[in-house]
Order: sequence, then structure tokens, then C-alpha cells
Amino acid sequence: MKMARKRARLSVTIIVLIGFSSTIAKAGELPAERQSALLHLLKHDCGSCHGMTLKGGLGPSLLPEDLAGKPAVALERIVSDGVPGTPMPPWKTLLSPAEVSWLVNQLLQGVTDAP
Amino acid sequence: MRLDCGYTKYIVLISLMVLAGIAVTGCSYGHGKHDSCPVVRGTGDLGVVIERASGNVKIVETTRGREITRVEGLGDLSHASVVYSRDQRFAFVFGRDGGLTKIDMLAGRIAKRVIQAGNSIGGAISQDGTLIAVSNYTPGGVNVFSSDSLELIAEIPAAYGNKNSSKVVGLVEAPGKRFIFSLYDAGEIWIADMNKPANPVVTKYKNVGKLPYDALITSDGRYYIAGLFGEDGMAMLDLWRPEQGVKRILNNYGRGEIKMPVYKMPHLEGWAIADNYAFVPGIGRNDVLVLDKQTWKQVDRIPVHGQPVFVMARPDGRQVWVNFAHPNNDTVQVIDVPTRKIIKTLKPGKAVLHMEFTPRGERVWISVRDDDRLDIFDTETFARISSLDADKPSGIFFTSRANHIGL
Repeated sequence: MKMARKRARLSVTIIVLIGFSSTIAKAGELPAERQSALLHLLKHDCGSCHGMTLKGGLGPSLLPEDLAGKPAVALERIVSDGVPGTPMPPWKTLLSPAEVSWLVNQLLQGVTDAP
Repeated sequence: MRLDCGYTKYIVLISLMVLAGIAVTGCSYGHGKHDSCPVVRGTGDLGVVIERASGNVKIVETTRGREITRVEGLGDLSHASVVYSRDQRFAFVFGRDGGLTKIDMLAGRIAKRVIQAGNSIGGAISQDGTLIAVSNYTPGGVNVFSSDSLELIAEIPAAYGNKNSSKVVGLVEAPGKRFIFSLYDAGEIWIADMNKPANPVVTKYKNVGKLPYDALITSDGRYYIAGLFGEDGMAMLDLWRPEQGVKRILNNYGRGEIKMPVYKMPHLEGWAIADNYAFVPGIGRNDVLVLDKQTWKQVDRIPVHGQPVFVMARPDGRQVWVNFAHPNNDTVQVIDVPTRKIIKTLKPGKAVLHMEFTPRGERVWISVRDDDRLDIFDTETFARISSLDADKPSGIFFTSRANHIGL
């Protein structure tokens, strides 16, 4: 009985570890499903202030030509921490650093096809 | 015998006139591709639903809860809004890309479309129905058009201090053929008197507060109230006593508390006045605030599911319906006005963006963006009556808005 429980716990640990390592492996490249969800968020939720086509609204334009010259690290900080005194909220409670970094990279490259 | 002949002559004449009438009007009163024409009908139970991603609008009918037709080619409709001509035949759609589109609701087609600015946010129609005003972000200001021809009649650039442009928000219409709006960057409220349409007379109220993000006007056209993002409280102008200037209300709300991040700006347009109380979204907080309409002091706060976006009273004022910001936007809650208690929590689906009541409030239409669906609920039983497919639906606007002050 005790043995069985121990074995079960061990297999849970192994599954968790496998899950964890696969997350690490994918940190650079998010799963396709998550990428698609992030692009959707970008278009519709970021878009509620920055415009669905990201050319700006209450918030500034996020088109590559308008972001040109701004370091990715600075942009990541803005997305993660928000901009105090403006409506830009901190997204770190909803997005992981890897996700923020991926989104900023998308913005700098130009988003062509958000779902 | 002669008499009979006379009648026949009239009947032939009338028949010819009817036929000629049909020939002239063609199918303009027919609806949809499959309907036979002509169908003569009123427009009082029609409405427009924005399909934000595809640049289309649906024309819908509330009596039978159905789609009549779809009108395409309206550009970027994210954050689009609609006002109606006073005869409720024409819808004026304000698109994000600066497009102003006049839709013939009966013909189901675009009557006229102009691109009037680079980036716009909303609009209003004048008291007498002759003028359409559009508020713009880029370049910031208000443009005024003839509702008939969509010809530009006046431009009001939102220059302030030594800056030449502020984003303009919270544009409403007020009695006396006036438009009122707020300057987001400048922190000002302006009244434009349009009695001489080509030469608006603008009265400016400065230093009303930081970052007014949206505004509302009470349904009697008396109070204009702007929500402030940059500081606590709201800026209120009593249009019956404009000489008294802008006053701050709700000044103590949330003072000293840490605000939560706001993932979607609340809208004040649909805000609710019911039973002599005003129900407004608490910005950055999971609260609906209740203000006494006589004193404009907060008398209650109702904890709700998330940060409110729209707080809308059913037309009879008995209920207030609330939807929420991301990530709690799958939910709608209903507040019972006399007890100020939540009496129903609905989960219509992913990303509930807007709600619109039928003219007398027995039904509410809800847009569920990420599920590509419109839901119609009974407001007494809260049962879902039916659903319609829609492509990323956002705003829902019924023609009954035509005769509301402010819109």
C-alpha cells in the first residue's frame, strides 16, 4: 500500500519534471497554440487602445516603423511593468517574460496575420 | 354605366402609378439577397451590429431577433460606434480609421462614405439631426459634417497651450444644438455651439483634471461628466449652470488605495441612471459605484466580478447590467436597483464586449466576440432566447437611440 503510494508519487514527480523541462526547451519558441492566443490578445485587447491594426489610438502606434530604434529590452519593460501615469497597464501578471519577449519581437518585425 | 367606366379608369390609373412606383424604387425596400422586393416597413425595430475584424455591419431586427442583411466595406471597425438620423432610416458609423459611413437601413447598403481623419473614436448627431460631429485622435479635434451629404461644414482643431493637437474623447450632443467633448491630453472640456454651423462658438473649460478618457451626458441633457484616468474623481459640468464651471465629484473615492491595472478602459456612454441614483464603473477596481443624483456623492459601492466596462440600466431603470474587462470578460452580472444586490451572474462566453437593450427592455442583446456570436437574453427570466452568428461582434446599436438626448 505504502509502496504503491510512493511509486505513484515518484511517477508524478517524473511527469512534472518532464513537463518542466519541455517548458524550458520551448522558452524561445512558444507552442503554436499559445502564439496564436498571444496574437489574438495583441489584436483585440492591446488593440482596444493601440488600434486593431496597431496604428495607434488612445495609446501610441505599435507599427515597426514607429518602434524602430527602441531597444527590445526597453519595450519588454514597458509591456511587463506598464507606464505609470498613463493607462498602459503592467502585463506581467498575465504574461510570462518569455511571452512578453516574443510579443515585442513580433511587434518589431511587424505582425502580418493576427487571428 | 358611365359611373362604372369612371371607376375602371381610376383603378387602371392607380395600378399604373403603383407599378411605376415599384419601377422607380426598384428593390430598395427589399431586405437581404433572398427576399423578394419590395417590402415596405418601418425602421423602429432595426439595429446595427459591428463586426469589428471584418469591417462589416449586420442590420438586425429586434422584433423577431434576426439578421436582415450585412453591409460590407466599412474599413477598420475596432471601437466603432453608431448614431441614427431622427427618422431612424440612416445609421452613421464611426470607424477607427477615420471613416464616416452613412448606411441606408432600408436599402441595406452604404449611402455615402468619407474618410475624414487618420484615427477617430466616436461621434454624435445634433439636436436637429442636421449635423454629424466626429471626434478624432489624429489629428486631434472635432470635424462637423452635414448629415445629409457628409460634406465637411466645420473643423474644430483641439489645440491647447502651445500644442497643436490633443486627442478628443467623450463627444456628446447637448440641447441647444451643441456638441460637448473632452481633450484627453489637455485635460479640458469644450462646448461647441453649432447654431451657426460653419462658425462654431467654442467655450473652453481648462484644468478639469488629468487624462479625461471618456464622458457621458445624463439623459435630460443637463450634466456632462468626464471620467479621469490620471487622478481620482470625475469632472462634472452642469449645463443648466455653465457659468459655475466644472466641478470635481467622487473626489474621495479610492483615495490612498492602490489601483489594480486596467486592461480595458471603461466606457461611460452607457452609464446608468436608475431610481435617482447613478451607477458608474469604478476604474481600476472591481466595483460599481452608486452616486446620489442630487448631491453627486457616493452612497454605495457594489463589489462585482471584475473591473466594469459597461454599466447599463435597463430602459425602465429596474436593473443594471455590467460587463467586465479582460481577463474577466466572459461574464455579465445583473444588479437589482432597489436592493443594489447582484441577482444574476451569466457566463455568455469568451469576450463579452457590449450589451444593448431592446427599446423597452424585455430583451438584451449581448456580443460575444471570441465565440463569434450574438446572444439574446430575456431580462426577466435571464433565459437565453436565441443566438445569431456574427464575425467578431462588438458594438450593438438599435435605432431607438435616434431619439435619445446625447447620442
